[in-house]
Amino acid sequence: MAFEGLADRLQNTIKKITGKGKVSEQDVKEMTREVRLALLEADVNFKVVKDLIKRIKERAIGQEVLESLTPGQQVIKVVKEELAELMGGEQSKIAVANKPPTVIMMVGLQGAGKTTTTGKLANLLRKKHNRNPMLVAADVYRPAAINQLETLGSQLDLPVFSLGTEANPVDIANQAIEKAKEEHHDYVIIDTAGRLHIDENLMGELQEIKQSVNPDEVFLVVDSMTGQDAVNVAESFDEQLDVTGVVLTKLDGDTRGGAALSIRAVTGKPIKFAGMGEKLDQLEAFHPERMASRILGMGDVLSLIEKAETQVDEKKAKEMEEKIKSMSFTFEDFLEQMDQVKNMGPLDELINMMPGANKMKGMKNLQVDDKQLSHVEAIIQSMTQQERVEPSVINASRKKRIAKGSGTSVSQVNRLLKQFEEMKKMMKQMTSPKKGKKRGMNFPFM
Amino acid sequence: MGFFKKLKDKINDQTEQVTNKFKTGMTKTRDNFTSKVNDLVARYRTVDEEFFEELEEILISADVGVETVMELIEELEMEVKRRNIKDTEQVKEVISEKLVEIYYGDDEESIEELSLNEDGLSVVLIVGVNGVGKTTTIGKLAYQLKQEGKKVVLAAGDTFRAGAIEQLEVWGERTGVDVIKHSEGADPAAVIYDGIQAAKSRGADVLLCDTAGRLQNKVNLMKELSKVKNVISREIEGAPHETLLVLDATTGQNAMAQAKTFKEATDVSGIVLTKLDGTARGGIVLAIRNEMGLPVKFVGLGEQMTDLQRFNAHQFVYGLFGDLVDDGVEE
Repeated sequence: MAFEGLADRLQNTIKKITGKGKVSEQDVKEMTREVRLALLEADVNFKVVKDLIKRIKERAIGQEVLESLTPGQQVIKVVKEELAELMGGEQSKIAVANKPPTVIMMVGLQGAGKTTTTGKLANLLRKKHNRNPMLVAADVYRPAAINQLETLGSQLDLPVFSLGTEANPVDIANQAIEKAKEEHHDYVIIDTAGRLHIDENLMGELQEIKQSVNPDEVFLVVDSMTGQDAVNVAESFDEQLDVTGVVLTKLDGDTRGGAALSIRAVTGKPIKFAGMGEKLDQLEAFHPERMASRILGMGDVLSLIEKAETQVDEKKAKEMEEKIKSMSFTFEDFLEQMDQVKNMGPLDELINMMPGANKMKGMKNLQVDDKQLSHVEAIIQSMTQQERVEPSVINASRKKRIAKGSGTSVSQVNRLLKQFEEMKKMMKQMTSPKKGKKRGMNFPFM
Repeated sequence: MGFFKKLKDKINDQTEQVTNKFKTGMTKTRDNFTSKVNDLVARYRTVDEEFFEELEEILISADVGVETVMELIEELEMEVKRRNIKDTEQVKEVISEKLVEIYYGDDEESIEELSLNEDGLSVVLIVGVNGVGKTTTIGKLAYQLKQEGKKVVLAAGDTFRAGAIEQLEVWGERTGVDVIKHSEGADPAAVIYDGIQAAKSRGADVLLCDTAGRLQNKVNLMKELSKVKNVISREIEGAPHETLLVLDATTGQNAMAQAKTFKEATDVSGIVLTKLDGTARGGIVLAIRNEMGLPVKFVGLGEQMTDLQRFNAHQFVYGLFGDLVDDGVEE
C-alpha cells in the first residue's frame, strides 16, 4: 500500500527477523530499503534520501543497532534522530527592525497560499505580538488577487494598501512603506504575485522590490504537498532572493510533507510557520520534530499529547480512566468527554494525529466532523438520566422519542447506540494490559 | 518500425503548433529527464542491475510514484531480457514505449477527448484542492470552448475563498462569457442550481461549474461537493458530463490521495494537470493513470489564455524525450 506508515512496514520486516536471534547486515540493508521507500513516498527529494540513508546505514551497521535487543525500535530511533537533526531546532521568531516598520515580503509559486498566509501572519502579529501591521497588495497579475487581500483585510479589520492593477509592484511597495511610516504601522507585509522560479522576468521583479524596500524578512511560502521539485523551487528562490524563512501551507491535509525536509536540507533555511487550516487564526509555529514523525508516518503523537495536556483536566481524566477500566463508562461521561475533546479542536484532526489510527478497524469509516458531533450531543441530551446510564433500556418507542427530541432519525439514534457499544469495547482493548507487560495504549515501537 | 518512428508519425498527424506548445512548455521537464537518461546511458555500457537502480531514481525524481516505478522497472527488465537487449542505447526506446503503454493500457486514445452532450446542455464540474488553478483553468477552458463556437456559461460555485467570485468574473469579461453568481458565503449547490437554470434558458452549450478548493481529508467539505454533484445529476440526466479534477503538476505523491478521494466523492472522469510549464515533473500523470485509471484531459502549459492544451500521451512522451526521438528517427 502506498500510504502505509514506516512503522508498519518496518514491523513486517522485523517479523521476518525476530526469532533469528541475531540481526545480520543483510537485515539492516532490508530495513534501510524500507526506510528509503517510505521517505520517497513521503516526497522527500531522492538526493536528500540518498545522503540520509547512507548515514543511517553507517550508524545502523556500525553496532548501535546490531547489538541492541530491539533492532526495529533502534532503527526507527536512528532514523528519527537523523531526521530531527536535518530539520534543525524550532524557530518561529519574526525579525524586528531597529527602525519601524519591519518589512516582510511574501514570495512563492502560484497557488502556494501567499495571500491567505499574508492575512494569517498579520493576524498572528496582532494577536500574539500586539503589533499593528499593514498589508500590501502587490499582486497585480492574478485576477482579483487585490480583492482577495482586501476582503481578508476587512475580515481582520486591518488596513490594506493597494494602487490597483495598473501600478508597478516596486512603486506599490515603496509607497506602502511611506504610508506605513505616516500611519505608525510597525509591520508591513507585502503580498507578491505567484511566479515560477524559472520565470526570469518575474523573478527579476522580485529582486527589484527587495532591493528597493530592503525587507527584514523574505518568507518563501511552499505548499506542503509539493513533490520532488520542491528542492529546485526552494533553491532558486533562495539563490535569487536570499530567503530568511519558509512557511509551509496546507499541512492540515493528509500529505506526509517530505518537501519540508528537502527544503530544509537544501537551503538550510528554517521553516518558521505552518498553515493548519482555512481559518485566519490557523497559522502555527512549526515543530521540526513532529514533522519528522509525520514524514515517517508515525502520527503526531507529541502534538496530540500537548493538545490533550492543555485542554483536559487531569483529575477528570483519571476518573475517566477508572470508569473505562471498570466498564462503567456511560453516555453521561461520553458527553463530558466530548466537551473536552471539542476544546482540543476539530476531531478529524485529532484522529489524524494518532499513530495507526487510519488503520484501526472502524476508525477509517468513522467519518467524524463537527456537525455530526452536535447531532450526537443532541441525541444524548434528549435521553433521560436513566437511559444515559443504562442504554439497554432504550426500546423502540424510547428511540422514537429521542429521535424526535433531538431532531434526528431513529436510524441515527441506532447508529449512535451501536457506536457507543463498539467504543466501549475498543476502550477495553486499549486499557487491558497486554501480556501483563505494557499498560495504556499500545503504540507501535513504544 | 521502431517505436520512436511510430511516435514521430503520431506527432506528425498533429499540428505543428500543438507540438511546439508541448515542446516549449515541457522544456524544463525534458532537459531534466532526457539529460539524465542520456547521462545514464552514456555511463553504462551494459544493462545490469545497477543501471536499473539508477533509472528507478530518475523516474522517482520525476514524481512518477514508487509503486508505478517498481512496476515499470520490472516490465522493462523483462522486456530487455525478452528482446535480448545488451546495449543501453536501445533501452531508451523501450523506456518511452513502456511509458506510452502504461498510459494507454488497452484503451483507445479517445479517452483524452472531452465527452460533451452534442445536442443540449453539457455540464462540466471542476474540483480540486486549494491553489491548484481551478478558476484559471475554467477561464482558459471557457476561452477554448468559445473559440470552438460553443455558447458557454460559468457558475461561480466557490463562495468560500475571498475574491474567488471576482476572479471568475474577470475571466468572464476577458472571454465574453456570462457568469452566474451569488454572494460570498452562499450555498454552492444553490449557485450551481441557478447556473443550470440560467444556462438552460439561455440555450447554452456548456456550463462550467467552479467550486471552492478543499483538502481531500475534510469530510464535511467533500460531502458538500457530493451534494453539488447530486444537484447537477438531478437537474439534468447524465450530468455532469465531465467532472474534472485539477491537479498541480508540482504536487508529489499526495496527488494520488487527491485522485482517490475526489473520485469517491464526485466520480471524477478526468484530470487537468496545471503548471506543467514550470516544473521538472509531471510524472504523477503516469501513476494516476496506472493506479486509478483516470485519463488526463488537459494540461496547463503557460499563463496565457491559449495555454490550456488537450493532453496527448504521445505528445507528453515526445515532450519528455524530444531530441532523443528526433535523433533516433534520423539514424
